[in-house]
Amino acid sequence: MALINGLYTEGEKIADTKAPKVPVPEMWTTRKFDAMLVNPANRRKLSVIIVGTGLAGAAAGATLGEAGYRVKSFCFQDSPRRAHSIAAQGGINAAKNYKEDGDSIYRLFYDTVKGGDYRARESNVYRLAEVSANIIDQCVAQGVPFAREYGGLLDNRSFGGVQVSRTFYARGQTGQQLLIGAYQALERQIAAGTVEMYTRHEMLELIVKDGKARGIIARDLVTGEIETHVADVVVLASGGYGNVFFLSTNAMGSNVTANWRAHRKGAYFGNPCYTQIHPTCIPVSGDHQSKLTLMSESLRNDGRIWVPKNREDCDKDPRQIPEEDRDYYLERIYPSFGNLVPRDIASRQAKNVCDEGRGVGPMVGDFRRGVYLDFADAIARLGEDAVRAKYGNLFDMYARITGENPYEVPMRIYPAVHYTMGGLWVDYDLQSSIEGLYVTGEANFSDHGANRLGASALMQGLADGYFVLPNTIRDYLAKGPFEALADDDPAVAEARAAVEARTEKLLSINGERTVDSFHKELGNIMWEYCGMERTEEGLNKAIGLIRGLREEFWRNVKVLGSADTLNQSLEKAGRVADFLELGELMCIDALHRRESCGGHFRAESQTEDGEALRHDDEFLYVAAWEFTGGDGTNGEFGNMGAPVLHKEDLVYDAIELKQRSYK
Amino acid sequence: MTTTTHEAEVAAAPREEGLMNLTLKIWRQNGPRDNGRLVTFKVKDISPDMSFLEMLDVLNEQLQAEGTEPIAFDSDCREGICGMCGLMISGEAHGPEKTTTCQLHMRSFKDGETITIEPWKADPFPVIKDLVVDRGSFDRIIQAGGFISANTGAAPKAEAILVPKENADRAFVAAECIGCGACVAACPNASGMLFMGAKITHLGELPQGQPERDARVVSMVNQHDAEGFGGCTNIGECSHACPKGIPQDVISTLNKDLRTALKRGR
Ligand SMILES: Cc1cc2nc3c(=O)[nH]c(=O)nc-3n(C[C@H](O)[C@H](O)[C@H](O)COP(=O)(O)OP(=O)(O)OC[C@H]3O[C@@H](n4cnc5c(N)ncnc54)[C@H](O)[C@@H]3O)c2cc1C
Ligand code: SF4
Ligand code: FES
Repeated sequence: MALINGLYTEGEKIADTKAPKVPVPEMWTTRKFDAMLVNPANRRKLSVIIVGTGLAGAAAGATLGEAGYRVKSFCFQDSPRRAHSIAAQGGINAAKNYKEDGDSIYRLFYDTVKGGDYRARESNVYRLAEVSANIIDQCVAQGVPFAREYGGLLDNRSFGGVQVSRTFYARGQTGQQLLIGAYQALERQIAAGTVEMYTRHEMLELIVKDGKARGIIARDLVTGEIETHVADVVVLASGGYGNVFFLSTNAMGSNVTANWRAHRKGAYFGNPCYTQIHPTCIPVSGDHQSKLTLMSESLRNDGRIWVPKNREDCDKDPRQIPEEDRDYYLERIYPSFGNLVPRDIASRQAKNVCDEGRGVGPMVGDFRRGVYLDFADAIARLGEDAVRAKYGNLFDMYARITGENPYEVPMRIYPAVHYTMGGLWVDYDLQSSIEGLYVTGEANFSDHGANRLGASALMQGLADGYFVLPNTIRDYLAKGPFEALADDDPAVAEARAAVEARTEKLLSINGERTVDSFHKELGNIMWEYCGMERTEEGLNKAIGLIRGLREEFWRNVKVLGSADTLNQSLEKAGRVADFLELGELMCIDALHRRESCGGHFRAESQTEDGEALRHDDEFLYVAAWEFTGGDGTNGEFGNMGAPVLHKEDLVYDAIELKQRSYK
Repeated sequence: MTTTTHEAEVAAAPREEGLMNLTLKIWRQNGPRDNGRLVTFKVKDISPDMSFLEMLDVLNEQLQAEGTEPIAFDSDCREGICGMCGLMISGEAHGPEKTTTCQLHMRSFKDGETITIEPWKADPFPVIKDLVVDRGSFDRIIQAGGFISANTGAAPKAEAILVPKENADRAFVAAECIGCGACVAACPNASGMLFMGAKITHLGELPQGQPERDARVVSMVNQHDAEGFGGCTNIGECSHACPKGIPQDVISTLNKDLRTALKRGR
């Protein structure tokens, strides 16, 4: 087939997402009713593998364990409690309308679709809003200590991109408290014997037999042993891939390997280029930087963002710059949302003012990369104690990292990669294009379109894990148990051999460059050309650079140590190898989508005042990419052919399509 | 550029202000059965803005360039919240500041200083390799009862459960524990009472936690003892080392709950 732009081909459209054919508000009830049931006595005979113990994975593991299935749960950290979800700060949305401010399921649905710049699937988002209230009930029952008012009732705050207060929070540690709740529920099932936990284990391959996902190959990271685990169904809850940029707010270990291995086995990758760049992170301080730290978006409720009007003021003490010389640019450009515009907009405007030479803080390259987030007004209005009570831990963290006191000097912030809306493509049931492979949480692409609203990833992870997956997966499990797979089955043997060969190869190259040096270089390419602003020229260039880097990696990487002990360089090498393939696909996706939407900003497609301009006539679809193997010119490893694009048309029945406006 | 060398003295070169040269004595241990030993490394031109773990990253890059296997250590979030990191730094759990190892910055050290870096040393946390230990015993304590039994879907409406702010706040303070294990590492008895007391207090302050309160404490304490953690003799090193400021009074709550439960014949 002829290559489009020399890069990909187009395959058949995705005709059906399996959502029930009823109006959106009735879909979920219909689906739950139609899904087959599994007799409790049969559940013990059915096995489920769950990769990941973040909110999505731990919630699913606990719930399926309680239901009586045999669950095997995997994570690469030393305890399920350490999954990256733990780091979420700000809060979790739910349409409870506690504040009587006009919130409803429909409004949460509407805000999420609009926030996602009309690139999310209506059916899934409606369901998310619908189950959101149950999440809070579930978490409170588990003992999650949400913030409370003096009367003992739960408190709410507001978050970017919306005008109601629907965010539940536990100081700046919401993710921690929610995850501990899910973790404890999971540990309870481990004690009950329904869940078997494999910590310090990494999934390195998916086993597919007769078109069905039937298990995984995992490496015991302590002993190095390669293990085969077979089940009736496999769930990936392995999180996002923001670390393809090297620097991001993600945890050091966050990676794409589980997703990518499944993608190589046939699971479509949905909208890989949709990346969220969060506006409020602590700026880079030097070459040694290993990761970036988010300052919760909730700070934008009380902090005011500004830069000097004049470049000459950029290196002055901000406190000496008079009011009239400050540009509160978000308040100026977006009077109705002000500092609370969605993340993609706040980030791009920060980049714009810095590109104009009005950034603050140390020079990074030719520009200062920082803007002020100022609490002086809030401290004057509410008092320092009130501000401390609300944001104390965030202020402390800022002080610790930068060595500056944010109660006295305005914070400096700059956007950083934070979240990936893209992920494995799933249907309404959260099943991927491989039968029996389900994908939940940040690992799937489903709910946030081209931009995620604050406090909605936690909501999605728990919705998927506690309520959605357990209902949809039983419909599949009802057809099981499937025929047992022997260790010497060709499907198992092939997957094992692939893992062993890759491990051996990585250890035998013995080149000149460390894994981190490749990772950093890849990150620079991605940030430069596939970051906040993307152009055709830049993306084409990036694809060439990534291919070259991947080729060099498989020739020149240096991984010391052996395969039969804890070997952190080997772990990283495998992850970076997969990032080197993913990066190329992200650029191809970004290149093919010649429109701007949400976090995907193509410089060629903007309105007169520089806002993202969508092209609904051409791009009102989900891009689901199918992997094809290469012709081997790149060697045996890291070999990629031209991917095949499958479009899933987006249909809006309940919501009218509009150009987003936050003015 | 930052470089390291095993034995050669670091040449005094002109450099940016505030950069530091340091001597590191780091615990190396090939595996659980290896005896382990301190090995000396030197790093130079360390920026005060680096985090402690970034300083180790720099050392590891250098070691790899020299063909030496990098030092294994754990970290994940590097934001002080996941509890994955944890080192004994010159004899203090998580080092000289009241924070996690990953949030410790090099501005807390002085040029020319010698820093000893060791793993948590406590029987219930066996060393896996170098600075990496196995804290599975903490998970097993939680398995023994550190939860509220609330099956998915069976939850009452959240608004039906009122929690006085005072209790909610105390529960929250205790719930902040990140399970890092510094309390155990700092305790001469290798006691896990602060960790366990934090969970008992978190769940015990809440109305939802009452039905299982007695059973929880008995079962957790039994598991704690079976794992080989020692008893509490009120020394207070745990709370002092805790990066989350878990107060020592959670141990009093634990003891009180245990007495009550035993009295009721659990
Ligand atoms: C700093 C920060 C703050 C945030 N704040 C908020 C917020 O306030 N509100 C909000 O809604 N969202 C927030 N988010 C986003 C949100 O936290 C994440 O999107 C969400 O927690 C992801 O959950 P998850 O369960 O999908 O995956 P994760 O929590 O990332 O879990 C992934 C799991 O998969 C395992 N895993 C991965 N690969 C493998 C493999 N190959 N083998 C075995 N195991 C594997 C890991 O061990 C881990 O257990 C924040 C994100 C960051 C980075
Ligand atoms: S009580 Fe403190 S020191 Fe102990 S595990 Fe919890 S957070 Fe760490
Ligand atoms: S790495 Fe997560 S607390 Fe230090």
